[in-house]
Amino acid sequence: MSAIDPSLRYQRREQGLMLLLASPAVIVIVALVVLPVGWLMGQSFYDGGFTLEHYKRIFSEDIYWRSFLLTFRIAFTVTVLTLILGYPVAYAAAHARRPWDMLILSFVILPFWTSVLVRAYAWLVLLQRTGVANQVLERFGLISDPLALVHNELGTVIATVHILLPFMVLPLYSTMQKIPRDLMLAGASLGGGPLHTFLRVFLPLSLPGVVAGLTLVFVLTLGFYITPELLGGGRTIMISMVVSRNVELYNQWGAASAIGVVLLVCVLAIFMLVGRIIPLDKMLGQK
Amino acid sequence: MKHPLLPRLVFGLFVGLVLAYLIVPLAIIVPMSFSGTRFLTFPPPSFSLRWYEEYFGNPAWMQATRVSLTIAALTVALATPLGVAAAYAISNSQSRLMRSFHMVLMLPLIVPIIIIAIGIFFVYAKVGLIATLPGLVLANVMLGLPYVITSVVAGLQSFDPAQEMVARSLGMNRLRAFLTVTLPQIKASVFAGGIFAFISAIDETIISLFVSGGQYQTLTRRMFTALRDEIDPTIASISTLLTAASFVLVLLAMSGQKKAA
Repeated sequence: MSAIDPSLRYQRREQGLMLLLASPAVIVIVALVVLPVGWLMGQSFYDGGFTLEHYKRIFSEDIYWRSFLLTFRIAFTVTVLTLILGYPVAYAAAHARRPWDMLILSFVILPFWTSVLVRAYAWLVLLQRTGVANQVLERFGLISDPLALVHNELGTVIATVHILLPFMVLPLYSTMQKIPRDLMLAGASLGGGPLHTFLRVFLPLSLPGVVAGLTLVFVLTLGFYITPELLGGGRTIMISMVVSRNVELYNQWGAASAIGVVLLVCVLAIFMLVGRIIPLDKMLGQK
Repeated sequence: MKHPLLPRLVFGLFVGLVLAYLIVPLAIIVPMSFSGTRFLTFPPPSFSLRWYEEYFGNPAWMQATRVSLTIAALTVALATPLGVAAAYAISNSQSRLMRSFHMVLMLPLIVPIIIIAIGIFFVYAKVGLIATLPGLVLANVMLGLPYVITSVVAGLQSFDPAQEMVARSLGMNRLRAFLTVTLPQIKASVFAGGIFAFISAIDETIISLFVSGGQYQTLTRRMFTALRDEIDPTIASISTLLTAASFVLVLLAMSGQKKAA
């Protein structure tokens, strides 16, 4: 026993030091995320005593239900659209020669790090009745009257897809980049046409990136707040807006907490389910 | 592999259109900001610098900008060392507890921001941190930590820890070995992490809506209100400046990371 003591003691000390080094950061997150969220959970079951009233109301009151349905519908639409738009872009970035790959990537990364408010403003300008989008459509004779592109669900979706597209492209790109070119050549040399090789070799190998992108985009849309608030015209009430309204306007902490908890449970459940396929840190590391 | 021409053209056109969709909103605010009129018409009928004058001449916008820059600078000053320490610990320990710490540290990216915002609003109301500088900085440190940690953990992965061991076996204490051997080699990823924390603090809006106020209104909070109530063209000049700033910062962060790779 005494023979292994020194190294064991060293290991223990090492462990202790590492925990100590990580603790300031952990304390910040616990104090500002874990404790407040825990308190919200408690609050959602409390109204002078234990109660399930707040949860019952979510499922019985029409507004809440509709907001949940709307949010999931928008999240679904946005996720599908970002995949359709993002997959070819990621493919192009992974296969283009220098400097084209860098150019494509910078078109993806620059908006990624640009303020969400700036982009909301730009979309308001572009999509308004007298905006560029309507002007272009009219000039080409595609429409005779300006379309209502903003202050509704459509405007919210257009801007949300813009904000989340990089979250789809970046994980796709990093997965595609690691797919060996030789495999595609092998597929081709075995007589597969380009489409065939793509479907049978490339597409399956890119699936981890697809799953990571789908998860990130879907989950992030569920929690969106600024975009629907600015581009939704007061009619596109997503869950985050219901939560904030219950706190800011009506001071209804119980209701806000219960809705928040349901939203959080949905998000965590999705991450945990997907986490069985792709490790969570890999997924978030793509950001 | 030889692809037929037509599908390649269609593919290229599609990718081009998606890239245009990504970049047009950023490109359009620049000419808008030099517009001579109140109206949001594009292209602007006349050009002037009036919206820049409006921004730089308005004490409320200037105060909000100072507040945001102060918060962002303090956030970087705090989040970077905390994040580097945590990333170092994560890279050097495979214990179960450390893995759960890592998960906890990534929570700000997972939990929907609105939930964090109302939670912080409640906690701050209890301890008197609402509309205070420390309260706002602390919230932004929390949001910035995952960026610093992710970037530095990635940097440490390509660093050979044996080098630090050698320095220590030659008589340096751990801190000195880290500062003189390890840190210089991962400085690009530390730098990048700091920049990402800075951008995230400048851009943060939702928590500010709940806990900033009075003397400490952030730029994004003012912008949000200005956009919700009626669209003030001054936003175009602020947006242009913000976009230019993030362009420069991202370029800096990426050039640093590339040097490291």
